[in-house]
Amino acid sequence: MAKGVKPRVKVPKSASAGEVVTLKTLISHKMESGQRKDGDGNLIPRSIINRFTCELNGKMVVDVTLEPAISTNPYLEFDAKVDEAGDFKFTWYDDDGSVYEESKPIAVG
Amino acid sequence: MKFTRREALALGLGATAVAMLPMRAAAAADEAIAAFTGGAEAGAGGITLTAPEIAENGNTVPVSVDAPGAVSILLLAAGNPTPGVAQFNFGEAAGSQAASTRIRLAGTQDVIAIAKMADGSFVQATSTVKVTIGGCGG
Repeated sequence: MAKGVKPRVKVPKSASAGEVVTLKTLISHKMESGQRKDGDGNLIPRSIINRFTCELNGKMVVDVTLEPAISTNPYLEFDAKVDEAGDFKFTWYDDDGSVYEESKPIAVG
Repeated sequence: MKFTRREALALGLGATAVAMLPMRAAAAADEAIAAFTGGAEAGAGGITLTAPEIAENGNTVPVSVDAPGAVSILLLAAGNPTPGVAQFNFGEAAGSQAASTRIRLAGTQDVIAIAKMADGSFVQATSTVKVTIGGCGG
């Protein structure tokens, strides 16, 4: 159902140990709210991303529950504390069961 | 323009009906708050909710919340068909208890943020956003 879903994340290439970095994520998704009607007056069924998580080396950074009130192409910005080099893992969960993943490395130094 | 007695009464009734509408939505928001806090009273302070005073387009309203020391933050839009917006749960690798996103607002209304602190207490912040064009289709 959801077509052309493309996750995009912005992560700094490196950070000093213990530094707090800002991560920006955006995923192209219609986020159909289930409130809108099509031309014939039928309700368009809800189809949204209902959960987003970000982990750094298996440690949870943020776990977000999304509701239909989140805009099209959900954008999220948050901070993570980098103690050691590793990988950020971003996961989006779609209403239709699809899971979109993206990962970005970060170096310490 | 002149009003007859009948017209004036009808106008009054209409105004009352319009005034009742937001109250119903507010009740749903209160329920969502109660489900999150478990009935505990939310205090003030310790949480910052940043939202524009006037949003031209209700489809994308940038909001950010910041609540140092929070475990999770619940974001609600009291005047939307469904009040829930998002819930942020912060993990051990979180750099700060702050997040930004873009939300939909059906019309001029209050945006509410409630944070659950590490000690189990709750704090709340509210910000009124004027919306020129609503963002829920229809």
